[in-house]
Amino acid sequence: MERKTQVHAEAGKQEILITRTFELPVELLFKAYIEPEIVEQWMNTKVLKLENKRQGGYQFETTDPMGNKHLFSGVVHELVPNHKITRTFEMENTPFPVQLEFLEFEALTEQTSKLQMQMVFKSVTVRDQLLKMPFAQGINMAHNRLEKIFTEPNGN
Amino acid sequence: MQLRRDVFQAIADPTRRAILLLVASQAMTAGAIASNFDSARPTVSKHLQILTECELLNQEQQGREIYYQLNPQKMKEIADFIEPFRMLWDDRFNKLESIMKSHQLKK
Repeated sequence: MERKTQVHAEAGKQEILITRTFELPVELLFKAYIEPEIVEQWMNTKVLKLENKRQGGYQFETTDPMGNKHLFSGVVHELVPNHKITRTFEMENTPFPVQLEFLEFEALTEQTSKLQMQMVFKSVTVRDQLLKMPFAQGINMAHNRLEKIFTEPNGN
Repeated sequence: MQLRRDVFQAIADPTRRAILLLVASQAMTAGAIASNFDSARPTVSKHLQILTECELLNQEQQGREIYYQLNPQKMKEIADFIEPFRMLWDDRFNKLESIMKSHQLKK
């Protein structure tokens, strides 16, 4: 069976390509990107600002398992409902340079959709560092997140 | 001064990737590997040295000849290093999917 989430990171290139198919109509998939309350849930972050328009800005505040707060922000360059979002992404107060993200939403059938996320980095070195981050931080982060999901009460 | 070789730097080079493909099927001597490339022999030797330093290749002495062979363990490490990154996104997207599915039902 083909994996639902695929990551392509060709050696020597300064980009990462993530593709994912969803059992969701493209409208719902897109909605998960523009509604602050929904973004907060699946990104596991606090949304301080989310302006879904050209030249709008966004800022997220994420608390890591150690209790440290991290700010992520960027500017929207292009937003076509149910089709695409082009935006910058920056981890504030880190040495990581800003990156560019091209998100393309596509309806496959009425009930399924596909997301392609192309991240473009300042250099190959930066790309490799970022790609290695979850690896370097160990399975810690994923474990904590999983634990949280499992201990969260079910239902709404 | 000894710079630690980065395995990702090692595979970023197209010639080095070609060498890895070449020795994937069978162990080869430096001479046999070099005969597959237009590059000068010392250039190929340099590539072999880099690949050996970052443990993508193993050297094995057979009589008077040194054979180079792929280190599958190290190759697997490279393949696996993307996996945590993929899992992170897979995890997020799974969550997105289940949230939106219940969102759809509520409507």
